[in-house]
Amino acid sequence: MKRHAAAAGWLSALCMGLGQWYNRQYAKGLLFVLIHAAGIFLIASKLFPYLQGLVTLGTKGQHLEKVGKIYKNVPGDHSVFMMIHGVLAALVVLLYVVIYMMNIRDAVAIGRKREQGRDLKDLQSTMFPWMLLALPIIGVVFFTIMPIVFTSLIAFTNYASPNHIPPKNLVDWVGFATFHKLFTLNVWSNTFFGVLTWTIIWAIMATVTCYFGGILVALLINQQGIKFKGFWRMLFIIPYAIPQFVSLLIMKNMLNEKFGPINQYFRAFGLEGLPWLNDPFWAKVSVIVVNMWIGIPVTMVLVMGILTNISKDLYEAADVDGASSWMKFRNITMPYVLFATAPILITQFAGNINNFNVIFLLTGGNPATMNYNNAGETDLLVTWLYKLTLDFNQYNIAAAVSILIFLFIATMAILLYRRTRSFKEEDMIQ
Amino acid sequence: MKPRLIFSYLLLILIGCAALYPALWTVLSSFRVGNSLFSDHFIPTKWTLEHYRDLFRDRADRSIPYATWYWNTLKVATASMILGTLIQLLTAYAFSRFRFKGRKSLMTVTLILGMFPGFLSIMALFVIFNTLNLLDTQWALIIVYSAGAALGMFVAKGFFDTIPRSLEEAARIDGASHMKIFTSIILPLSRPIITYISLTTFAGAWVDFIFARMILRSPEQWTLAVGLWNIIDAYNSTEFTLFAAGCVLVAIPITALFMYTQRFLVDGLTAGASKG
Repeated sequence: MKRHAAAAGWLSALCMGLGQWYNRQYAKGLLFVLIHAAGIFLIASKLFPYLQGLVTLGTKGQHLEKVGKIYKNVPGDHSVFMMIHGVLAALVVLLYVVIYMMNIRDAVAIGRKREQGRDLKDLQSTMFPWMLLALPIIGVVFFTIMPIVFTSLIAFTNYASPNHIPPKNLVDWVGFATFHKLFTLNVWSNTFFGVLTWTIIWAIMATVTCYFGGILVALLINQQGIKFKGFWRMLFIIPYAIPQFVSLLIMKNMLNEKFGPINQYFRAFGLEGLPWLNDPFWAKVSVIVVNMWIGIPVTMVLVMGILTNISKDLYEAADVDGASSWMKFRNITMPYVLFATAPILITQFAGNINNFNVIFLLTGGNPATMNYNNAGETDLLVTWLYKLTLDFNQYNIAAAVSILIFLFIATMAILLYRRTRSFKEEDMIQ
Repeated sequence: MKPRLIFSYLLLILIGCAALYPALWTVLSSFRVGNSLFSDHFIPTKWTLEHYRDLFRDRADRSIPYATWYWNTLKVATASMILGTLIQLLTAYAFSRFRFKGRKSLMTVTLILGMFPGFLSIMALFVIFNTLNLLDTQWALIIVYSAGAALGMFVAKGFFDTIPRSLEEAARIDGASHMKIFTSIILPLSRPIITYISLTTFAGAWVDFIFARMILRSPEQWTLAVGLWNIIDAYNSTEFTLFAAGCVLVAIPITALFMYTQRFLVDGLTAGASKG
């Protein structure tokens, strides 16, 4: 009677649920058998053609066919729908395989418990976190992972206007041709590298200005002798509290070259005013400055929170040693703030690379330029991509760009996050 | 007073003006007579409530169903807030309190997926909602906003990590179940973080423009973000004062909410900063 684990495992490998029955968990076994049956039925009857469609992406385009005496336009295969269905089918098959493996593991684990004669109740504990995670995982799989897979696949097709837009035409797999085009074909590579350069400059500038601006404002408020600290903080939080699309659309009007109030003030002083959003250089300055207006409050709030956490003993000890306020600032405050906010710096940098709102709502990527293909002077990779998708239907190039952005950000995030305290020593906080 | 302090106060006042100016200017514009962006005076010479009345009135020469947009936005934001907060709390709790196989790798996956700019998936979502017949409905929007909520769980997890484990161990000895511990010990202690999450998900749905513009096709389904953007776009700043009035009504509730709960906000942000 010591062979429960192996027996249950093999039975479950043979057919889902048998091992559970062997372990006398009848309800669970029945559930697994039903999943097994449903899975087999689905894969055989429904999913197989979908998976096939994923490979071929359709064989018949829209075409004319002779019906009786007249030619009629017959709808062909819709490659993009076939791709989506294929991806969904693949996910269901994958899910089925995962459940199959879980079923075997479960049977073995319970069998082992029986061999050791242990109580089966405490197994409930290991299942509980998965119960909590079930709903979130389903949501993420279908509305985050599935779209990512789909978008990645698009990059390897020729899905782009004007010649490959379903349902009129078919879409085909083209391998790495899209990436090749992006890097080597001048029309695309000039735009790509130009926009990439500006994206990086923007991300660095935006992050640095908001970060140090925020620290300075926080320190300013937190000085000894400044009264109404709460009031100042509240005042400076206002730009952050106003919805971004509202404040950005307002800013867009304020910076209007002809009628905007900013240039009106310039004129009141007898100056010409500046072409804020219409000149390539000033448009770039404008987005960075407006972004400071929105971004500084976040860092300020953070740093103020951190400042209150610094132990007063440190400053008292420094006072005893006769340190000046500058020395205290340099040797206590700054290192502490920098250390505590370092992870935020990374997230802000990543966020700025994808800062869609500021660019899209403020300049819309304009001013337009002849140097770029379907992009303006202030376009970031993400806004360019949005335009490529929505306005120009260049889906494959857009997908390729999004893969590159994702790879870049993900690599950075993993490398840096792995080193942060919270990931390595999360149990130490307790 | 020391010169350093005087200088600091001056700087604070200056920053305060810069922070307030655009908002103040918009509020004042919304009360100004006429409809143009241009004006000679910062403070209007003639005041009017006409623009606010106009927002809720049907006019033949343009279609701005402001009240409908407002109601839509409120519905979407509230529903997403409830669903999203629930999902995020469950995820954070599971990761913070349980040690199970695959936990670390699942967390890394969560982190990386969270980095993927959501709207890159817009094409795929569009096709999915099309096949589900949910395009141009608010349900689609609610699903989009709450389905990915789990990915933002790190702040909440950081908070849960700081709740002493001895509390639940005591409860467990007394025979409390996992669910009981979650609802009667963890949740009451987590008010700040729950407020923070609800607030950010509510605000996120309230202000989102990218997804709303893609999914909602017909003007009577629009949310405020799409509607206001469209006023600027379609009327090319000729209805500026009307737009300003619309902005004031959108911004005031959410701004007030933020100001009112800023204490929680500070806690939430700092928890996120120092604990990941």
